[in-house]
Amino acid sequence: MKLEGKKRVWAEYQKEIPDDHFFYVRSCIRQTFFAGSEQTFLKIMRDDLGKDIYEDPRHTTCTGIGYHGDVVPFETIQTVVARHFALATEAGYKNIAISCVTSFGIYTEILETWKHFPETLEKTRENLFRATGRVFDLPVSISHASDIIYKFRDEIARKAKYNLVDVRSGKPLKVVEHIGCHYAKMFPKHGIGGAEFPHVLVGMIESWGGDVIDYPERRHCCGFGFRQYLVQANRGYSLSASRKKFESMEPYRPDFIVANCPGCAMFMDRWQYTLKELDGITYGSNETGIPTLTYEEMAGLILGYDPWEMGMQYHNVQSLGLLKKMGITADPAKRFLTKDGSRLPEPANLLNS
Amino acid sequence: MEDLYARLMQDVRFEEGLNACMNCGICTGICPAAEYYHYDPRNVVDLVQTRNNDIIKELLRGESIWYCGQCMSCKTRCPRGNTPGLVIMALRKLSQELGYFTESEKGRQQFAIKRVIGENILRDGYCIASYHVDPKAHPEQGPAWEHYYTYMEDSLARLGGELNGTEGPTRRISSDVLEELKSIFQVTGGQDLYEAIEVASEKKAEEMGLEFRREGTDFEYFRHVVTADNGNHQTEEEDVRREVYEARR
Repeated sequence: MKLEGKKRVWAEYQKEIPDDHFFYVRSCIRQTFFAGSEQTFLKIMRDDLGKDIYEDPRHTTCTGIGYHGDVVPFETIQTVVARHFALATEAGYKNIAISCVTSFGIYTEILETWKHFPETLEKTRENLFRATGRVFDLPVSISHASDIIYKFRDEIARKAKYNLVDVRSGKPLKVVEHIGCHYAKMFPKHGIGGAEFPHVLVGMIESWGGDVIDYPERRHCCGFGFRQYLVQANRGYSLSASRKKFESMEPYRPDFIVANCPGCAMFMDRWQYTLKELDGITYGSNETGIPTLTYEEMAGLILGYDPWEMGMQYHNVQSLGLLKKMGITADPAKRFLTKDGSRLPEPANLLNS
Repeated sequence: MEDLYARLMQDVRFEEGLNACMNCGICTGICPAAEYYHYDPRNVVDLVQTRNNDIIKELLRGESIWYCGQCMSCKTRCPRGNTPGLVIMALRKLSQELGYFTESEKGRQQFAIKRVIGENILRDGYCIASYHVDPKAHPEQGPAWEHYYTYMEDSLARLGGELNGTEGPTRRISSDVLEELKSIFQVTGGQDLYEAIEVASEKKAEEMGLEFRREGTDFEYFRHVVTADNGNHQTEEEDVRREVYEARR
């Protein structure tokens, strides 16, 4: 195929990501389970990349888990998101940077709905004004926070202290990338590479020296399923979906899993522990578990951030073997300390500890 | 009887989610819920597009509409641009508005989601925060979470946050912001949906002879809806997959 033809075919899979000046909205799940990842993202943006990223503490949940748990109406979530747009408008920002993949999907769904059903935009403006007295401009762009790290992946590579390479053998690390379903399955044009060929994590991994594993269940859902995890009686659904992925990826011997969705990263770590407890099954090389990282943790390691200051010790599958492979010296005795260095008790029963 | 199809058409997600379905079944082929549960999104959409009131009513009262996990893989694949996941969301909303959700075991679980996630939103400004995930109720979260939860303030501080601080992760959402959220719920029908779930659930608890309280989660009906499993939801395929998995080990 001629280059021009290739460009045309791939045009719909490209996405414009702004260069600077972002309004950041946090994630309920990420700030709960990976608070260090959100802080790492902000540090990378401000300290390593010199970007302007602003956060208004008055932003709240987008109510997304309630919406996909079907207890929050569409009209309500549209108005909550419109309130976030109003805060961005008041602060003078037009580019939204979103921590959560569920939220990202919701923002895309809402903007697409407003485009195709303009009366819903007018109704939301009216609802927001009646409820809060606020008004808003539509954002110029919405990016998932992983889109932004993807955009600056080569700049991060130039500043790299470590690479995704086994320092003993010199071979690339083998990485499973997992994209949260709501990143691009609903509105492919809002994701880098669309739903079929999502490139957002692949681009990071390849720029930083790793190899991406292509395995049969690569695009299968992690199994969150909202009500399927939230309600105790349904959790087998969630566990079953993750198990299907682990079984499918295991023959490829991944060094680690990385996800751009906080829920997926949490489940793919937690369910490995659960399967060990329930069935005595431990995945990964030498049956030590497969470390599951957020993309912020992966970027932080590349830039030489302290894994324990990023919170990597709070994964059930510990990353000590992975860190050693990458040539990162991190004292395991310093994992469970307070901010001032006092020692906390060590948890028992972690995997690969 | 009220025209239920007309009610569904008032939901913009339904209008967007259902064009003419040709019953190819690609949605069912890709659906994680169809692997696990007796669930066939192709069939749900086909039943809805009959526009038959009795059939739609049965869907609203039945188990099947509660099996979807809303991953929305069906949207990517449908050659006609339908989204069975959006049709499901519209059906679930209507089922709750009409009180039919309490007629199925899976539907009754909406009460628990409202009492936990729904109330977290208006009380704390988050769907979930670290202090909501008690390891005693979530043993699957494992030892790392138990440690984080036990030493939450210290753990978060080391990661650059301040529990109940004024900014950053898990900051306390101020009372004036929570008032704005409540006002949005009142103006947009969020409060009405919460109320509809409560009213129908209290009635059902009475019918079932189970204790019901108007606050909290420590009472019979709540415990019943989060744990009840009549054993008829899962597919035989899931059982076979489990056997293969165990045999391989």
